[in-house]
Amino acid sequence: MDILNALVTFLNFVFVPGLAYGAQLALGALGATLVFGILRFSNFAHGDTMAFGTAMTILVTWGLQSVGITAGFLPTALIALPFGIALASLLVLGTDRVVYRYYRKVKAPSVWLVMVSLGVMFIMNGVTRFVIGVDEINFADGVRFVITAGEFRTMTGLQEGLAIRSTQVITVVTAAAAVAALFWFLGYTRTGKSMRAFSDNEDLALLSGINPEKVVMVTWIIATALATTAGVLYGLDKSFKAFTYFQLLLPIFAAAVVGGLGSPLGAIAGGFVIAFSEVTVTYAWKKVLTYLVPADMAPDTLVQLMGTDYKFAVSFAILVIVLLFKPTGLFKGASS
Amino acid sequence: MTIPMRNLALFAVVAALFVVTGFVQSWNVTLQILNLGLVSAIMALGVNMQWGYAGLFNIGMMGFVALGGLAVVLVSSPVQSANWNAGGPGILLALVLGALSVIAAVLVWQKMPRGRARGLAVALVIVVGFLIYRAVFDPSVAAVEAINPAGAGNIGGLGLPVLLAWPVGGALAAGAAWLIGKTALGLRSDYLAIATLGISEIVIAVLKNEDWLARGVKNVTGLPRPVPYEVDLQRDPGFIAWAADWGLDPMTASSVVVKLCYAGLFMVVLLVLVWALEMALKSPWGRMMRAIRDNEVSAEAMGKDVTRRHLQVFVLGSAIVGIAGAMITTLDGQLTPGTYNPLRFTFLIWVMVIVGGSGSNWGAVLGGFLIWWLWVMVEPMGLWVMEIVTSGMPEGALKARLIESAAHMRLLTMGVVLLVVMRFSPRGLIPEK
Repeated sequence: MDILNALVTFLNFVFVPGLAYGAQLALGALGATLVFGILRFSNFAHGDTMAFGTAMTILVTWGLQSVGITAGFLPTALIALPFGIALASLLVLGTDRVVYRYYRKVKAPSVWLVMVSLGVMFIMNGVTRFVIGVDEINFADGVRFVITAGEFRTMTGLQEGLAIRSTQVITVVTAAAAVAALFWFLGYTRTGKSMRAFSDNEDLALLSGINPEKVVMVTWIIATALATTAGVLYGLDKSFKAFTYFQLLLPIFAAAVVGGLGSPLGAIAGGFVIAFSEVTVTYAWKKVLTYLVPADMAPDTLVQLMGTDYKFAVSFAILVIVLLFKPTGLFKGASS
Repeated sequence: MTIPMRNLALFAVVAALFVVTGFVQSWNVTLQILNLGLVSAIMALGVNMQWGYAGLFNIGMMGFVALGGLAVVLVSSPVQSANWNAGGPGILLALVLGALSVIAAVLVWQKMPRGRARGLAVALVIVVGFLIYRAVFDPSVAAVEAINPAGAGNIGGLGLPVLLAWPVGGALAAGAAWLIGKTALGLRSDYLAIATLGISEIVIAVLKNEDWLARGVKNVTGLPRPVPYEVDLQRDPGFIAWAADWGLDPMTASSVVVKLCYAGLFMVVLLVLVWALEMALKSPWGRMMRAIRDNEVSAEAMGKDVTRRHLQVFVLGSAIVGIAGAMITTLDGQLTPGTYNPLRFTFLIWVMVIVGGSGSNWGAVLGGFLIWWLWVMVEPMGLWVMEIVTSGMPEGALKARLIESAAHMRLLTMGVVLLVVMRFSPRGLIPEK
């Protein structure tokens, strides 16, 4: 029995990565759920918005680095992030103007908008590849670790190390700040309130003189900002690859649906539910268990419920379970 | 009779595109595009059935295509008796046990009264079932994969003729579609879309990782063919004489003939399907489906079982996609799970259906040929355009970059085509009657 070492192993391999991944998913799901709540369709271009915003941020990061501007011990991408958000917002607002607005005007059914978003997804995917290529890109600079496994071991004298990468801390802090800002905006500003009113009851909101085009515009900007932030944080934490971001669509949607489509609070909860389920189900628990049980009972297999390649299956399974038993999601979002 | 003339003209235009490709590039290339165009048209028919007939939004075609491909391996690849004897029955037993525990969990959920006890019981059934499943499954898989891992290492196939695999592929896809439909149909349309997207990713993950099944990313190559091999034709004196009669060298002649054989087979499948689908659309069943699509509430009020009909059409449409998947793997002669990409196997098919005209079978076929041709040709055309654009530029990074970027033109073009058609001609090239 060695509870401390087991705990540290658990924190190192499950909790900390899960927390960072959950924060990234939560930001992504927040954007998707906002678009759903206000514009009333599932935006399949969301993953590629993330990719495009991140690609822009990477380009600005490179530009900054080439003229010698860095953020010291922080990644330069954090300085570039606002520029990335601005550039991505321009593209998304342009798309709204050219593509989506027409369908709002003719009051097209939501499934048409979904289909249109598939077209936008193709274009954004193409543009992203055009701009930055298809290769894997690492753009994290600055200090790599807040604490390395070795330092932790010498500090505590434990057998197991706990490594915390700076990107993980940055992810959690940035995500918390973004979420706080969003909730303040939705709860206390006039525009935010009109957005919520619009989401709750469109006709009533229009009657009370809310300008729908403004609400839609602000929604797109916020959703793009959240998507780009999520994308940059994910890219810093892991790496950037256009196709991976497209694939993030599934866990992001799963998080939004699990939380309840249209519910911001739900999106955050959903993000963490999905992330922790993915990590716990695909983690090999052998090491943790070896510390917890008497030596002669130590497991001789990996005690891995599912291979890491099945992480989609985990998000998917949770999605299906929620859809079957609680179609409105954990936080009472929209249902059928 | 004006509309059929217009449709004929559209088909003639697409045919002309293929003919021009034949003269400009080569007939080999044209036939290659034609064969995949035929398969694409069949996939588009399946999607059109779900979307055009019933308004179901399925974006998991890739998964059904891959299941069709898997069927080819399971049906027609050679028997690996050593591998199978080592663990095949164990794997089957494990899969049955896994299915039984899921069924048991569902039964417990249905039969027990609401409350905490029910939740606990279901969880217990699932956990125990999973442990038993893994206990049987893991050693069997290890045993199968241990034997001859470089050459096979999988349970092998049945060694049956490859054409048999096509209906089997359809059946596999239909089975999967039934499971998905049972759970996700009846929910709002976006949910079905997300669920199907998820399933298709999972199918690909299974194909990539379960080496015992179809060798995973090690690929299964050398699958049997329903048509003669080029080398055999080239050795056949009769064929050489025949080719000489036509003034062709045996190399070109053999590869053209093989492709024509495939095209003939595919054409038969396509025509049979179009005929069947047209008959279905004209029948009372087809009218009922369209009634359901256009107004579910009133159809339900007329006593139609909407969910059941949806399930039916979802299963049938997926089966068609599965057949096409088996055909594509047969054409390739190999199963390469790494090449399944949702943009190519799901979303491109959607572009075909929308551009062709949702709800119209001939439209789906036309869209299949046209969009597939475009998908193949955009890259060389983009390269050509880029070379002209950059011809005046000095050699350098920008020029190299622009030429390289021609490769990404495909996605861009497809997106633009989809958006333009949806905006200005939402009923497609051949609208539904």
